[in-house]
Amino acid sequence: MFVSISTTHRPATDLGFLLMKHPDRVHEVELAFGRAVVFFPQAQEARCEAVLILDIDPIGLVRGRGSAEGLLDQYVNDRPYVASSFLSVALNRVFRSAMAGTSRERQDLAAMALPLEIIVTPLPVRGSGDLVRALFEPLGWMVEVERIAGEAGPSRYVRARLAGILRLADALSHLYVLMPVLDDDKHYWIGDDEVEKLLAKGGAWLQTHPKRELVIRRYLKRRGALVRAALARLAPEEVFDGESGRTAGAEDILEAPLRLHDLRIEAVAAALTTAGASAVADLGCGEGKLLARLARDQRFTRLIGLDASMRALERAADRLKIGRIGATRDERISLLHGVLTYRDARWQGVDAAALIEVIEHLDPDRLPALAEVVFGAARPATVIVTTPNADHNVLFPTLAAGAFRHPDHRFEWTRAEMQAWAGTIASRYGYRAVHSGIGDAHPEFGPPTQMAVLTR
Amino acid sequence: MSFEDAVVLDIPDFSLVVLIGATGAGKSTFAARWFRPTEIISSDQCRALVCDDETDQSATADAFELARAIAEIRLKNRRLVVLDATNVRAADRKPWIEIARRWHALPVAVVIDPGADACIANNKGRQNRDFGPSVPRRMTQEIRQGLARLPREGFRQVWRLSSVEGMAAARVERRPLWTDRRDDPGPFDIIGDVHGCADELEALLRRLGYGLRQDGTTIEIVPPERRKLVFVGDLVDRGPRTPDVLRIVMAAVDAGQAHVVQGNHDQKLSRWLAGRDVKIAHGLRESIDQLAAETADFRDRVKTFLDGLRSHYWLAGGRLAVAHAGLKEEMIGRGSPAVREFALYGETTGEVDDFGLPVRLDWANAYRGKTTIVYGHTPVAEVQWVNNTACIDTGCVFGGKLTALRWPEGEVVDVPAARAHAASARKLASPAPERDAQAAADTLLDHADVSGRRWIDTTLFRRVVVAEENAAAALEAMGRFAIAPQWLVYLPPTMSPVETSTRESWLERPEEAFAFYRGRGQAEVVLQEKHMGSRAVIALCRDAIAARRRFGTTSDDAGAIWTRTGRAFFSERATTDAVLARIRGAVDAAALWDELGTDWLLIDAEIMPWSAKASSLIEQQYAPVGVAAQSGLEAALDAATRAVSRGVTVENLRDRLALRREKARRYAAAWRPYAWPVSSVDDLKVAPFHFLASEGAAHFDKSHLWHMEIADRLIAVDGGILTATRRRQVALGDEQACAEAAIWWEELTAGGGEGMVVKPLSFTPRGSKGLIQPALKVRGSEYLRIIYGPEYDLPENLIRLRERGLGGKRSLALREFALGQEGLTRFVARAPLRRVHECVFGVLALESEPIDPRL
Repeated sequence: MFVSISTTHRPATDLGFLLMKHPDRVHEVELAFGRAVVFFPQAQEARCEAVLILDIDPIGLVRGRGSAEGLLDQYVNDRPYVASSFLSVALNRVFRSAMAGTSRERQDLAAMALPLEIIVTPLPVRGSGDLVRALFEPLGWMVEVERIAGEAGPSRYVRARLAGILRLADALSHLYVLMPVLDDDKHYWIGDDEVEKLLAKGGAWLQTHPKRELVIRRYLKRRGALVRAALARLAPEEVFDGESGRTAGAEDILEAPLRLHDLRIEAVAAALTTAGASAVADLGCGEGKLLARLARDQRFTRLIGLDASMRALERAADRLKIGRIGATRDERISLLHGVLTYRDARWQGVDAAALIEVIEHLDPDRLPALAEVVFGAARPATVIVTTPNADHNVLFPTLAAGAFRHPDHRFEWTRAEMQAWAGTIASRYGYRAVHSGIGDAHPEFGPPTQMAVLTR
Repeated sequence: MSFEDAVVLDIPDFSLVVLIGATGAGKSTFAARWFRPTEIISSDQCRALVCDDETDQSATADAFELARAIAEIRLKNRRLVVLDATNVRAADRKPWIEIARRWHALPVAVVIDPGADACIANNKGRQNRDFGPSVPRRMTQEIRQGLARLPREGFRQVWRLSSVEGMAAARVERRPLWTDRRDDPGPFDIIGDVHGCADELEALLRRLGYGLRQDGTTIEIVPPERRKLVFVGDLVDRGPRTPDVLRIVMAAVDAGQAHVVQGNHDQKLSRWLAGRDVKIAHGLRESIDQLAAETADFRDRVKTFLDGLRSHYWLAGGRLAVAHAGLKEEMIGRGSPAVREFALYGETTGEVDDFGLPVRLDWANAYRGKTTIVYGHTPVAEVQWVNNTACIDTGCVFGGKLTALRWPEGEVVDVPAARAHAASARKLASPAPERDAQAAADTLLDHADVSGRRWIDTTLFRRVVVAEENAAAALEAMGRFAIAPQWLVYLPPTMSPVETSTRESWLERPEEAFAFYRGRGQAEVVLQEKHMGSRAVIALCRDAIAARRRFGTTSDDAGAIWTRTGRAFFSERATTDAVLARIRGAVDAAALWDELGTDWLLIDAEIMPWSAKASSLIEQQYAPVGVAAQSGLEAALDAATRAVSRGVTVENLRDRLALRREKARRYAAAWRPYAWPVSSVDDLKVAPFHFLASEGAAHFDKSHLWHMEIADRLIAVDGGILTATRRRQVALGDEQACAEAAIWWEELTAGGGEGMVVKPLSFTPRGSKGLIQPALKVRGSEYLRIIYGPEYDLPENLIRLRERGLGGKRSLALREFALGQEGLTRFVARAPLRRVHECVFGVLALESEPIDPRL
C-alpha cells in the first residue's frame, strides 16, 4: 500500500515534473478498488520524495463476490495493506506518462538515468528474501531487504529499499512487473492480453533477466499456454519444457525424477491386461490418466472413473474429451462422483477395480468400510491397489524422517504392513494377494511404490 | 367357484380386474358405471393415445405397451386397475396375470357375455365397428370355451355376467383384502412363536394383564382395556400342549380379541389335517399325537381355523405389519403366492447350512419401509430391532422364552420357558454380544441414500430439502475428512447473529436479541458467554464395550470428539483419549451415569484455545493481516506526518491514517486472548453447554437450565479440564434487568470476550408461527474486528456492513437445528444408521449453501 520514490538528482524537485504531480499539493485518484493519494513528504533541491499511498476499500473488495476462488474470498485479507497487483495497477494509472518514459516539461530527464531510491512496504514475498535481490539486482538496483516481524517469527512481508541510477520509467516498470511476481498472486483474472502487458512493461529487460522463467511463470499465474507464448516471443530459440498449467503437487515434486506416476499407470494397465479384464473401475481416478491410457486399448469395453473431487472429475472429463462440444465421445467411459466408503451400485459389476494411490488418503479407521464396499459388496474378480512404500522414504533426500510424501496422506505403509492388510482382506473376502513393486527397487528399502493384485 | 351370474361382485379393493368380453359386449359401459375413469385402462383409448385412431389394429402392440406401463405403475402404487379390452384368448390374458403377480395384486376376471346377438346389435349403433356378425360370434365362442380354465390361468376370482339384464342388475362392491386391517388401531400385544407351550402362553398372557377363565373346554379371555393380541404364527408342533394353545388362540379370535397369521408349522398341520401327504418331521408328530386325544369336532375346528389363517396382517393405519417369517416392503397389504411363500418361510437361497436347515437371506437388513414389521420364525436370544423390523421368536420351545412385544409402546414382555421342550437343530442365533443387530446391519452406507436432491422430514420443523449440488459437496467432505459415520450422529447447527444494531458505531447489541424474543412470546431468556474456541461434539462412553454396543463401532475407542464439519477434533488419538478420560472422570465423580441410566453421553461443547484448532488460520490469515496493516499504515503515517510538517495540507489524511493504524493495532490484539500454546492436555479447556443425548433420551425437551446445571455439577468435581460458561437469566419484561444484562455483555466483551448467546429457556422454542431461532449470538465489537476486518467500524464501512441480510442465515439455522435434532432423535430411537446419517449429511450439505460466512 506504500511506495516512496525519491531522487537526489538536482534539482530534485523535477521529480514533480516527471511524475506530473505538483510537490506541494495532494493528488487523489479514484480507482475501481479504492483511492490513490500522492504527496511529497520531502521536496528540496537536494532531495525530493514522492509517496503513493493506496487506500483500498476493504468492504468493497469483498462485497457482492460470489463463490469464485481466490484469496479475495477470505473476508479478512491482507490485500488492502500490501504492495500487490493493486499497487501495480495504481502505479500505471497514477504515473502513466512517467511509466511511458514521457514528460511534457522534462523529456530529457525522462530519458535519463537518475539516482533513485524506492521504498516499498509491506511487500509480500513468496519464497526467501533473497528472491527480492535476485529479481532486482540484475536490473541495476542495490537492494536492502528488511523482513517485517510477525506475531511469531518473521512474517511473509518485507520492507524493500532499492537504490540505483536508472530511468524512472524503467524503475516503475520493474515495480509494476515484479511486485505481483514476488507476491505470486494477482487480484484479477488473467486473460490472453496479460502476455501483451508483460511484454509491454518488461519486454526490454526481461529477455536477459536470469530469473526470466520464474518471472514469466509467476506473472502469468502458471497458465501453461500463456507462459509458453510469452517465452516463445522472448526467447524463440529455446525450447521450453515448462510445467503443465497446474501447480505440481508436493508429491509430484518429491517423486518427479522417477516419473513415478507414469510408471504406476503402466504397471496397473499391464496388470489389468494380464487379468483379462474388460470392464474396469478406476476408483479414485483423479484427472483420468489411467482411463485415458486404458481407452487406447479396445479390449476394455467399459471404463468407469470414480472420484470424490468434482474438480478432479471436471479435469478428467476435459482430458478424456467427455462433454466437450465437437469431440468424439468415447461411449465406453463414464465418470462418477462418489467416495469409497459408501456402497455404490453405479459401478458394481466390473471385472476389475484399480485403487491407485488412494487408500493412504483415508483415515485408517475408514479402511474397513472401503474394504467392505470394494471386496464385500462390489467383489470384482481383480482389484489392484497401489500405495507408497514407507520403507523407501528414507531414500528421498528432502523428506523428513517420519514425514509423509503428501500432506493429505493419513498413513504410509511399510511393505510388511501392506502385506498384512492385503492378507486380512484376502482371507476375509476370499481373494488371493500377489505383491510387487513399481519404480526402481532399492536392495534394502524396496521400490518407491508397492502394488498388490488381489484376485478371486 | 361359481360361474352363475352374480348380483354382487365382491372384489378386493386392490386387484387387477381383467374384463373379458367380445366387441360390443358392453365392457366399457360396465366399467364406467362401477369404476373411476382413472382406474380404467382401455385398449381402445391406448390405441388412440399412441396413434390418434382407436381402431387402428396396427397400433395394438404399442397400445399394449402403454397399457402395461400404466397398469404396472398403478399397481406399484397399490391402486386398483381395470383392464378394458376383449381379452378373448388365454394368451391375451397371460401377461396380465404375470403383471398382477409381479406386484402382488389379486387377478380378477369379469366375463361379460350377453350373447353374440346383443354384441352385434350394440356394434350397429357405433361408428367404426362394422366388423359384421362373424367377429362377435367367434369371440363369444372362444370366451365360453375358455371359461372353465380361468381359475387355472391364475384368476383368483371369476365373475360372469351372461345377460343384458344380469349386467344391469349387477353391483360391484369393494372389500379390503383380508390382510388389510388398517382399520384396527391397536394397541396390540404381539406374541412370538408359541409351539404348543401353553404353560408359558398362559403365564405371558397374565403378565400382559389378560384374564383367563376356563369353564370345561370353553375359555374366556379378558383383555386389558382396548388391547388386542396378535400371534406371529407357529402356534403348534414340538411343544407339550398344542391343543390348549389352539383353544386359547381360537377363543380369542372368536371373541374378536386376536389376529393370527399363519406359520409354516400351522400350514403343515393344516395340510395334514386335510389329509394331504405331509412329511412328519420337525415336531409335527407331537401335534398329531396330542390332537388324537381330542374330539373329532375339535380337530375339525382346528382344521378350519388353521386353513383360514392369513399370510400377514397390515394394521394400525398402515404403521404395523405382522407376518410369520417377515415381509418385504413391496408385499405389505398385498396378496400373491409369493407373498404367502415369503410370509411363511422368509427368503431363502435354496441352499442348506451345516445343520441341514435352509440358508436365509437377511431380508431385514435390506428393509427400508416405514411400516414396522414384527415377525418370528427364526429363534433369536433377544428381541432385536433391525431397520424397523423386530423378530420376536425367542425360542420358547427350545428352552428360551416366550416373548410379547407391546405395540406401539415397543415394550418387550417375556416369560422364561419352563424347560426345553425340544432340541434345536441350530444354536439359537444369538446376537453378537458387543454389537447389536442394527449395528451389524449398518456396516455399510449406500451412496444412493445420500446423493442427489433429498427431502428429509423432521418432526420439529418441516421437510428439509437438500439440493443436489450441496449433497455433492458434502459427499466429498464426508468421504475424505469425516470420522466414521457410526460416531458421527450429530453436527451442531449454525447460529444466526442478532439483528443489526441501529446504534451508532455498533453492529451488534443485546437489545435487539431481547426484542426479538420478547416479540415472539418468550418471557425469559438465558444469556451464555460465547467461548472463543472451537465447537466440538463429544461422544463419551463409559468404556469401549459401551461404545461398541451403542455406536456399533468395532475399535477399542471409548468415545470420539469431532468438529462442526465432522472431522476428528484432534489429530492425535492419544489427545482425544486423554480429553475423554478427564471428562469421564468428572462424569464418574458426579455419578451421572446412573442418574441418567446411561453408559454414554453426547456433549456439545467449546474447546479452547481457539489456536489449538485454528492455528493455521491464525498464522496464514489473521496474523499476517495485522502485521501488514500495522506496518503499511505506519509507513504511510510517517510520510504524511513529514508532509504536514513541511506545510503540505495532508492533515486529514494524516489523522485518518492515525485512526486506521490504531484500528490495525486493536485488530492484532483482538484474537490474542483466544490463543495460547498447547503442549499437553493440561493446556486445553472444555466448556460443555448442551448434554444432547444419553441412553433412551435426546435431551432437547429439557430447558437450558437443566443443561447448565449438569455442566455445573461436572465442573464442580472436575479435575482440571472443564470450564464454566458464565451466564445469567433475564426476564424480558423487566427493563432494569435487560439494561443490566446489556452492561454485563459490555463488560464481558470489553474484557476480551467473544460475546454471548441468547437462548429462550426452552431448547426448542416455539412462537405463534412455529419453531423460532433456538439461539442468537451477540458478538462483541472487538471480536467483530477479527471477522469483518480491522477497519470495519469506520463510519463509511459500518454503514455498508449494516446492510446485511439475515434471512438466509436464519433459515439455515432453523433447518440445521431441525435436522440435528431429528438425527439424534432417530439415533436415540435406534433407527438404522442411514436414517441418522442422512440428517448429519444434510447438515453438512446445508453448510455448503452460499451464506456470508461473517454472519
